[in-house]
Amino acid sequence: MIENLNWPATLVFVFFFAVVTVMGFLASRWKSGPLDVLHEWGLGGRRFGAWITWFLLGGDLYTAYTVIAVPALIYAIGAYGFFAVPYTILIYPLLFVAFPRLWAVAHRHEYITAGDFILGRYGDKWLALAVCATGIVATMPYIALQLVGMERVIQALGFHGEGIFSHLPLTIAFVILALYTYSSGLRAPAMIAFVKDTMIYIFVIAAVVYIPTQLGGYGAIFDAAGAALDKKVAASGGKVAAGLILKPAQIMPFITLAIGSAMALFLYPHSMTGILAASNGNAIRRNAIALPAYSLVLGLIALMGYMAHAAGIQVSNPQDAVPQLFLKMFPSWFAGFTFAAIAIGALVPAAVMSIGAANTFTRNFWKPFVDPNLSPAKEAGLAKLVSLIVKLGALLILLVMPTQFAIDLQLLGGVWMIQIFPALIFGLYTRWFTGPALLVGWAVGTILGTWLSWGAMNWTPASNFFGWLSFSSYNGLTSVIVNMIVAAILSPVLRGSTADQTTEADYQDRRVPA
Amino acid sequence: MKYVLLLVPCVLSLCTPFYNIIEPRLGGFPFFYWSLLLLVPVSALFILAAYKGEAR
Repeated sequence: MIENLNWPATLVFVFFFAVVTVMGFLASRWKSGPLDVLHEWGLGGRRFGAWITWFLLGGDLYTAYTVIAVPALIYAIGAYGFFAVPYTILIYPLLFVAFPRLWAVAHRHEYITAGDFILGRYGDKWLALAVCATGIVATMPYIALQLVGMERVIQALGFHGEGIFSHLPLTIAFVILALYTYSSGLRAPAMIAFVKDTMIYIFVIAAVVYIPTQLGGYGAIFDAAGAALDKKVAASGGKVAAGLILKPAQIMPFITLAIGSAMALFLYPHSMTGILAASNGNAIRRNAIALPAYSLVLGLIALMGYMAHAAGIQVSNPQDAVPQLFLKMFPSWFAGFTFAAIAIGALVPAAVMSIGAANTFTRNFWKPFVDPNLSPAKEAGLAKLVSLIVKLGALLILLVMPTQFAIDLQLLGGVWMIQIFPALIFGLYTRWFTGPALLVGWAVGTILGTWLSWGAMNWTPASNFFGWLSFSSYNGLTSVIVNMIVAAILSPVLRGSTADQTTEADYQDRRVPA
Repeated sequence: MKYVLLLVPCVLSLCTPFYNIIEPRLGGFPFFYWSLLLLVPVSALFILAAYKGEAR
């Protein structure tokens, strides 16, 4: 089990893991407040200024899975994996324009989830339930994938177990995470995010400066990667689309995937939690300016997939490319540092995701449908419990199902998540759409998106919409457009509730000086 | 309407057929990669401009 362990790397890894564990438990005393009410446990009491929000959102959105999966995609098929860069260029103008409005109205009415806002805006608890269910279902496999990212680096340390022991280190790490999230709430990942992001910046800078000097510069790296990808295409008889630039057939999927992913990102419960925990709307605006620093880092991390080719790394699972690259290019202790950064990078989003899912479960399902008289203390207690269950569920997904299942589910999760875009984002600007119409649009979009993704052999992210389009388009984007059309046609017909807790002034955060 | 300038980096990032080329290279990076990476800080500058413009 541990006879092949890389001891220097493992010791460094365990050291950093221990440091963040202590921080996670101590975090309950940071900016302390009464942790037995939900907005204190689940939103850190909305006390996070621009700096903390920057670390928290950065740590939350650029996850361990991203750090593993994006370079893996680049390693496997080249330019297509770089869709992550236009995608992250698109998200920040949206964050800047729309989300201070959401923050303001949420602050005024004490909403802590997207579902809370939907209920207040449309007075439709079924639409709020749809938003809640979408968020939870999309989040679970996402948490499971954080575990996948963590497991790749644990295996790279040389750990190989049989049977139930194969997941032992992962299980231990996750139980620790679950315990401090339970006791400290959102404060724990916010505090750990400082360590995680600092470590990620250090290893990325070290990698992009040092590795090229060893491999003959960036020109040589791109040439070697281009040759390796061309060889792969030739070996497949032209069936595999890969290369340093996009094949013509990849261009529309690349564009639509970037747009669709950008529309979905801030709808996830974990993004919402990070945004609503900000102490004022300007903290969000300033983050829209500063968060692209992480996008640059992500772009550089993506290129590590090419560095792996240039360094001659041959792996059957592309997700091992980056860990193996670091083991080959750096001394063991630094590889251990990098792996710790990636593993800790899994803890922050996993914690925030479970908190976001727990918040919405408690507020938008349990309270309206099961126990309307839930006291604030019981509400917080229930959310803490649900955060544990959500994490255990994610661990179970990973333990009993093939990894591919989690990957497919996460891909579908994006297609589902984007379906709440009309209700939430349009809802920030207009009450013209009605609750029932949006609900039908959501259902049509969800079913259509799932249907389109159901390929003959496996789940596929893009399709030509039953042959109606001359190109392939990301199913999330195609189906949400249909969703919008349905909601627009039905809104004049299905009137539903006219209740609206909010007024236009509630969406302006600037009345209160920051 | 005042946010219309924010569309500039978004539209540029989606003009994929125009940047889907290798040459001209910069520091060894094919155009596809360096132009997209460069667009990231440029987009941040556009948002900064919107922020300053809004505050006035």
